[in-house]
Amino acid sequence: MSNEHGTSVKTYLIIGATLLVLTVATTLIAFVNLGPFNPVVALTIATIKALLVILFFMHVKGASEKLTGVVVVSGFFFLAILLTLSLSDYLTRSWW
Amino acid sequence: MHDSQATTSQATVQVTTAEHEAHNPALVHQFADAEQQKNAASLGMWLFLVTEIMFFGGMFCAYLIYRLKYFNAFAAGSQSLAIKWGAINTAVLIASSVTVVLAIYAIRFGRKKLTVAFLVVTVLLGFVFLGIKSIEYTDKFREHHVPGANFHFTENFDDNGKQIPVNPNEVQLFFSLYFAMTGMHALHMIIGIGLMSTLAVLTWRGHYSAEYYTPLENAGLYWHLVDIIWIYLFPLLYLISRHT
Repeated sequence: MSNEHGTSVKTYLIIGATLLVLTVATTLIAFVNLGPFNPVVALTIATIKALLVILFFMHVKGASEKLTGVVVVSGFFFLAILLTLSLSDYLTRSWW
Repeated sequence: MHDSQATTSQATVQVTTAEHEAHNPALVHQFADAEQQKNAASLGMWLFLVTEIMFFGGMFCAYLIYRLKYFNAFAAGSQSLAIKWGAINTAVLIASSVTVVLAIYAIRFGRKKLTVAFLVVTVLLGFVFLGIKSIEYTDKFREHHVPGANFHFTENFDDNGKQIPVNPNEVQLFFSLYFAMTGMHALHMIIGIGLMSTLAVLTWRGHYSAEYYTPLENAGLYWHLVDIIWIYLFPLLYLISRHT
């Protein structure tokens, strides 16, 4: 059975299981010393998890209204502006 | 001429009334069809969620800046958090997101009792999350890790058990951000639990059906966003500074 979003119960359960596996993975990797790559790996896994939730649970993938996707991307785009411009300011101050 | 105009407008009124009687009662007048109405509601919800992303984004930004500036102190603070509870809570929230999508899936097929059951499980998982959070907060109070006059921080060891000196004031800043971010997230969870409980009651009373379940879908979007915020809080607060 699938609905108008084309998502079936099986898909939901597979995505849910994947999210749990990624949670276990990121927790275990945190105990391995990867030097500067620990935060990179942790945040990459977090972003993959967030994308899975947005695309499949929040039905942005396959949404009939394309404008929704634009709004979602714009949200994270403005967040990226906030973080990038703030950090480019702080990190280039002489007193930092 | 005046007469014919009047007749035309009368005819229009009659057609409109006939359409009004024929259409789905859940469909409001300004929308062409149910799908357009649902898309508009979902779009509006997403606009609200974008403001939520920016709201938490401000705190994430503050965290990032101070973490770069007081790296060792933030690492020491992060290492004092219970990684076990953080990971379990992440799993609890993911499970609750799955029950939310299943509740919405069930209402699409008009399975009201199943929908209510999934919503109740969601609410229970929400309470499990808050319960675990309260255990963590209690530990932090016991350890005097709550910012304020009684703040006290001594434990800061590296991988080999060697003590590294850190400025307690800088660690206090980490815990200020920890309590602000997790506290604000917990407040969102409490609001989400209220929403889901209300929707469970309304679904039980038959307010929603396979034709109309927009409030369920929008509350679901909210719940998933709160889940996504935790998906980022968990690695940022608990995980990324285990080795320094």
